[in-house]
Amino acid sequence: MKVSLVVNGSPREVDLPPLSRLLDALRGPLGLTGTKEGCAEGECGACTVLLDGDPVNACLVAIGQCEGRRVTTVEGLACAGHLSPLQRCFVEEGGAQCGICTPGMLLSAEALLARSPDPSELEVREALAGNLCRCTGYQRIVESVRAAAALRRGGGGAAP
Amino acid sequence: MATSPPASASTVGRSVPRTDGPPKVTGASRYVDDIPAMPGEIFGRTVRSPVPRGILRGVRLDPAFDWSDVTVVLAEDVPVNVVALILDDQPILATGKVNHAYEPIVLLGCADRLKLARAVQAVALDIDPLPPVLDARAALDGGEIIWGADNVIKRYLITHGCADAARERGEASEAAIDAALARCEVVVTGTYASHHQEQLYIEPQGVIAWWDEAGAHATGSIQCPFYVHKAFLKAFGLPPDRIHITQSVTGGGFGGKEEYPSIIALHAALLARKSGRPVRMIYDRTEDIEATTKRHPASCEITSGCDRDGALRALKIRILMDGGAYATLTQVVLSRGALHAAGAYRWDDVWIEAAAVATNTPPNGAFRGFGAPQTIWAIERHLDRVARELGCDPLDLKAKNVLRPGDSTATGQVLRVSVAGEECITRAIAASGYRQKRAAGPVVRGRVARGIGLSVFMHGAGFTGSGERYYKGKVALDLAPGGRLRIRTASTDIGQGTETVFRQIAADAAGLPLDRVEFAVPCTTTVPDSGPTVASRTVMVVGSIVEAAARELASRVRAEQAGQEPGAGEGDGGAAAGPPALSFEEAADRLLAREGQVTSLKQYEPPDYVRWDDEAYKGDAYPCFGWACDVVEVEVDLDTFEVTVVDFWSATDVGKAIHPVMCKGQIEGGSLQAIGWALSEEIVWQGGRIKNPRMTNYIIPTSLDAPPFHVVLVEEPFPFGPGGGAKGIGEMPMDGGAPAVAAAIEHATGIAARALPLTPERLLEAAWSAGRGERL
Ligand code: FES
Ligand code: FES
Repeated sequence: MKVSLVVNGSPREVDLPPLSRLLDALRGPLGLTGTKEGCAEGECGACTVLLDGDPVNACLVAIGQCEGRRVTTVEGLACAGHLSPLQRCFVEEGGAQCGICTPGMLLSAEALLARSPDPSELEVREALAGNLCRCTGYQRIVESVRAAAALRRGGGGAAP
Repeated sequence: MATSPPASASTVGRSVPRTDGPPKVTGASRYVDDIPAMPGEIFGRTVRSPVPRGILRGVRLDPAFDWSDVTVVLAEDVPVNVVALILDDQPILATGKVNHAYEPIVLLGCADRLKLARAVQAVALDIDPLPPVLDARAALDGGEIIWGADNVIKRYLITHGCADAARERGEASEAAIDAALARCEVVVTGTYASHHQEQLYIEPQGVIAWWDEAGAHATGSIQCPFYVHKAFLKAFGLPPDRIHITQSVTGGGFGGKEEYPSIIALHAALLARKSGRPVRMIYDRTEDIEATTKRHPASCEITSGCDRDGALRALKIRILMDGGAYATLTQVVLSRGALHAAGAYRWDDVWIEAAAVATNTPPNGAFRGFGAPQTIWAIERHLDRVARELGCDPLDLKAKNVLRPGDSTATGQVLRVSVAGEECITRAIAASGYRQKRAAGPVVRGRVARGIGLSVFMHGAGFTGSGERYYKGKVALDLAPGGRLRIRTASTDIGQGTETVFRQIAADAAGLPLDRVEFAVPCTTTVPDSGPTVASRTVMVVGSIVEAAARELASRVRAEQAGQEPGAGEGDGGAAAGPPALSFEEAADRLLAREGQVTSLKQYEPPDYVRWDDEAYKGDAYPCFGWACDVVEVEVDLDTFEVTVVDFWSATDVGKAIHPVMCKGQIEGGSLQAIGWALSEEIVWQGGRIKNPRMTNYIIPTSLDAPPFHVVLVEEPFPFGPGGGAKGIGEMPMDGGAPAVAAAIEHATGIAARALPLTPERLLEAAWSAGRGERL
């Protein structure tokens, strides 16, 4: 089945069985290995991408559901070679340790900041509750997201 | 004029952006499964035993299945069928008998993933089941012998004081400790149990292996590349230079990628050897949880004696650990457990007997803390009971007896340097308001009770005993063009920040800016064996080799700079007659041009005072200890017994924080693993098989379960540590969380739990028995 979708702003087409996972399309034919697989059952959130702006687990989305839709992956966050405020803050505030959960975390956080530019700590924790991290204890991640929110509000970086 | 050596600001102690950060936040980092397929690559799978114990009669391949494009590897295809580690007791593929569920028996390889999955179904295993031994106590009793002569993998005895004197006189040390206990004013006895824990790194185990004219190659998610190298040496009988093991970016390990990767790498390499093609083996989550190592369950029987005023006198502990089917690293885990069993306290007389036995469950192995969390859980819970017996707050009992400079430990190690137990207690208490909250008593609001508790602990930094003398870890530093340095080490960055911290240490030691230092990908062909990336030794031990090598290399460049300065130019007021002095870069390039390669290869020298007797288990078990005090505040729902950790304070002595943000990140992450172990993480067994091998039912904490962490970094420098005194940090935060959580629950509810995990079901049960007056 041929599916046309817009990935990180560019129109792309893949030819896969309709029940193939969006995750496989991204990591396979689309060559975007930034999206990770941790559990294949919608629990870990490592595979989180944005589908028309909403965070989804790419391991639970069939490619057949993606016709004509917009997908944002971690590869689409940096702008013209510059890290987005979220990415910068994850590097600076210790939000990424082993980094395997980071792409998914970033996209969940991106969706949060898009709808809530000044989130409380609880809001951040709620938004990230579907993304498991075994390294950080989440403290640095929460701080990274809040620092990025401040940076975006202050115009300290181009929002992607 | 000379532009360098640049007067670079010191980077040690500053939280510079981690060097592997940008690729990780852009998705550019290549973890093993992100590496593009090699030409002809196939996938590998493992067929595993469905039963925990049995006689393996044979393997049948369904004749109706098309095997033409499937590679099949059986035990008979393995040149030397053993996973080389400490005791070499574990086969690469089971043959003759099966010793645990999920034991690998057959390997399959195929280019088509779907067909490969069907091929697994087309293999029939002919196994006559035998009654399994699934319980450590039963294994120790020896009714069925499943390992060695008596199921016992290892035993240790640690004695101190009167028990030691008795041992020297050739008398029974146990009788001596019993007598010492009998003389004490207050004697308390209890048994404290802990359970399996799964590392649950988010990136599953994975390796890609291939063979070519250079020999065997494997790249993957690996904590200790030289372990895999050693395993290949034995299994394939290759010369060392024909084995090439490379770490790919690794998505967490926590010990789970210490020894296990040897197995998956051997499997992939066997398939690659037989098929003549590169093989990619990536476990799915279920296979990963089922087949890989976990934390050793342990039970500790403790009897202690003290004076009525709380001075601790005598301690007797019997530790039993469940090693699972094969020895793996069990003897080392048991050793660390035993060496930490007396806690961070001073005792006159100590007797610790530790044993680890084999059972028919998957082999247990390395996990952050490495045996210490199990025994620290026990001693901390026990001292909480003693405090109750004495009618004092656990804080007072612990603070009174915590080891101070000049005191000696259970192995007779006199603590001379870097002793910060008292300071950690003071700082944690101040930060958390423990005294006031504790004095106010449990606060009950509606159905929620709030309580606060603490733990005090120390953790040996570096290898145990003579480990370093035996291992002789090495690091190489190369001079690269433009006055750059390149660190070559086998110490891997699996998320903890090794790469960044080593660059900071080297940059400061060489007096160079951080961006002039590179970190080479750990590959056994190009880096020296620095020893494994374990046991909090990376920064303290390997970091100090990096520091020494960087100093040496920089001084050679500086000598070159100095040597090139015209003597005539000296002392004449910088007359324009002489050519300008060489810059650091120029001198480095000149040195390189002349010598071709400029490298400093250094080996670790343990501090001379470290003396350890492996036979008697006496002396300096560790060059020094890290110290900490954790304080936890919880809320317990009195109807459902759900526990919420509301706040977590930790004052942790790290010697010197090379990178404060990453250091705090380690403490927070480790503490959350400890909270998970305490409250929710549980492997559920049924007949030797795991009932919950998925992320849906093996529950680790989410961001909503994690409390805010308040970390106080205490810095009591270790004079032999790099960067001005760094000690290990990685393992310690696993030690204190569980007992502190239990103490807080006890404060809130009165329930004194003695077995982990503290799930609502268990707490309810404990509350029920308490209601019937059966508690304690
Ligand atoms: S891989 Fe999709 S949620 Fe875990
Ligand atoms: S940084 Fe390792 S899992 Fe989150």
